[in-house]
Amino acid sequence: MRQALYELTIHEALAGMRAGDFTAVELTQALIERITQVDSQVKAYLTLTVELALAQAEAADARRAAGDDAPLLGVPLAIKDVLCTEGVRTTCGSRILENFVPPYTATAVQRLADAGMVMLGKTNTDEFAMGSSTENSAYFTTRNPWDLTRVPGGSSGGSSAAVAAQEALAALGTDTGGSVRLPASYCGVVGLKPSYGRVSRYGLVAYGSSLDQIGVLAKDVRDAALILTVMAGHDPQDSTTMPTPVPDYGQALTGDVRGLRIGLPQEYFIAGVQPEVATAVHAAIDTLAALGAEVVPISLPNTDKALPVYYLVATAEASANLARFDGVRYGYSAGADSIQENYRMSRGQGFGAEVKRRIMLGAYALSAGYYDAYYLKAQQVRTLIKQDFERAFEQVDVIACPVAPTTAFRIGEKADDPLAMYLSDVFTITLNLAGMCGISVPCGFDHAGLPIGLQIMGPHLGEAVVLRTAHAYEQATAWHKRWPQPPIVEA
Amino acid sequence: MHLTIDEVRHVAELARLRLSEAELTLYAGQLSAILEYAERLQQVDTSHVPPTPYVLPLSNVMAPDTPTPSLDNAVALRNAPDQADGFFRVRAIFEE
Repeated sequence: MRQALYELTIHEALAGMRAGDFTAVELTQALIERITQVDSQVKAYLTLTVELALAQAEAADARRAAGDDAPLLGVPLAIKDVLCTEGVRTTCGSRILENFVPPYTATAVQRLADAGMVMLGKTNTDEFAMGSSTENSAYFTTRNPWDLTRVPGGSSGGSSAAVAAQEALAALGTDTGGSVRLPASYCGVVGLKPSYGRVSRYGLVAYGSSLDQIGVLAKDVRDAALILTVMAGHDPQDSTTMPTPVPDYGQALTGDVRGLRIGLPQEYFIAGVQPEVATAVHAAIDTLAALGAEVVPISLPNTDKALPVYYLVATAEASANLARFDGVRYGYSAGADSIQENYRMSRGQGFGAEVKRRIMLGAYALSAGYYDAYYLKAQQVRTLIKQDFERAFEQVDVIACPVAPTTAFRIGEKADDPLAMYLSDVFTITLNLAGMCGISVPCGFDHAGLPIGLQIMGPHLGEAVVLRTAHAYEQATAWHKRWPQPPIVEA
Repeated sequence: MHLTIDEVRHVAELARLRLSEAELTLYAGQLSAILEYAERLQQVDTSHVPPTPYVLPLSNVMAPDTPTPSLDNAVALRNAPDQADGFFRVRAIFEE
């Protein structure tokens, strides 16, 4: 049976458009029709930009007719709604930004647009990217396309669900503590978190500024490599971008992992990990070993401190970053009688429960008398966690481990217990604290048919070796060729 | 580690958040549980460990001192809840 256009990978779609088999407008229309059929059930999108998408697709077809072959020309993508898009509402999943229309576009999004992207819309997220399930979105909870009673993971759950339900060829997400890799794992797609400093954060609404990084949700590793190649690199608007030149990451996908040293951290294979997850990840590592990689047991001894360090550092940064929402310059304003009261009312009414909880935790950790005991202490232990990785990467090229202790949990299951929810991120936050890069790649399914993700971690700016390893594994297996079948609703 | 309602009320004031009594009670319990979990950091000897506020080897990043256009005044005000004469308008800060 011939594939529907929405089922294509980016590479397949580009090949089809280059060969003249179909146009960007036809491809875009196929995606819009797919969204119409499944998104009332999946609920991946907060805002659809149908007219804009069709106009961009027409422009892409005109560019191609004129001989242009830009790397994403006519490719329909989705953008997480924490990335500013000029003229298109950007809510961050929050009521406080319900009517916010940014006056400029984030650098990462602009680079995709310059490369010919067609933007289908903005995807759902936990409010200000704070969460692991999208249940903290002020608008609605996105459903996991493999089982609509389960969460898609978060915070980039709208993006991961859109890719898994084939409502976009790929999507941008953001990862502060695992918010690209966790939803990728729960939805059975590829999720790449680049190193801190690899992709400009200009126009990304800040959550934890020393941790935030823009990443990719994609159908396969090759597509993720292509998008990273387009959006990575130095940006004068973000002084934390590395000046290191950006390679063509597609060239790294040689399929060859002979002699590659893969570290197996004992601290990531512990009691509490769902046995099917551990089994699938071990089997994936066996596959890489059979391809010629060498497996080396390693230790990252400070792993068990990463969660408290993260929830002190990230919330402290969040409490400072979110001070900008003051009801004066943009966003919701309560219209109170005094300016001080207007701050309190606008923020108290505009922010949701999890955002207020994190602002409070961060403000407490930074407050007089507690700074040394909490915030400074957390930054010191952060150093030890980073040093664990630096020592490990003297021994090995990449590290392999689970993305999350379990597969996707049920909607509502952890909603009343913030600490239980935070534990979903226990295997992903370490990389953000160390500033390094990693990927989630599908490696199996549990007894309920829910996807399992293999995490491959690499050193700072080690995206090429991470992508090479993930690609070699992907090519040796068929997990990435299985897709969920969300119910079709005829209009 | 247990936060009292008054401590939570103080932090809410620092963060300029108006919280209901029910929220204050809820957060007192939840923040206490999270801080108790964070107590495990106190067991780590960090007496000779420098803090990591930032992971990159970059410092004092310079840019050429070249003027470039900034946002147009009207564009910058487009999302303002209230404005007047090209400015954001707020309630009087000083009493008469």
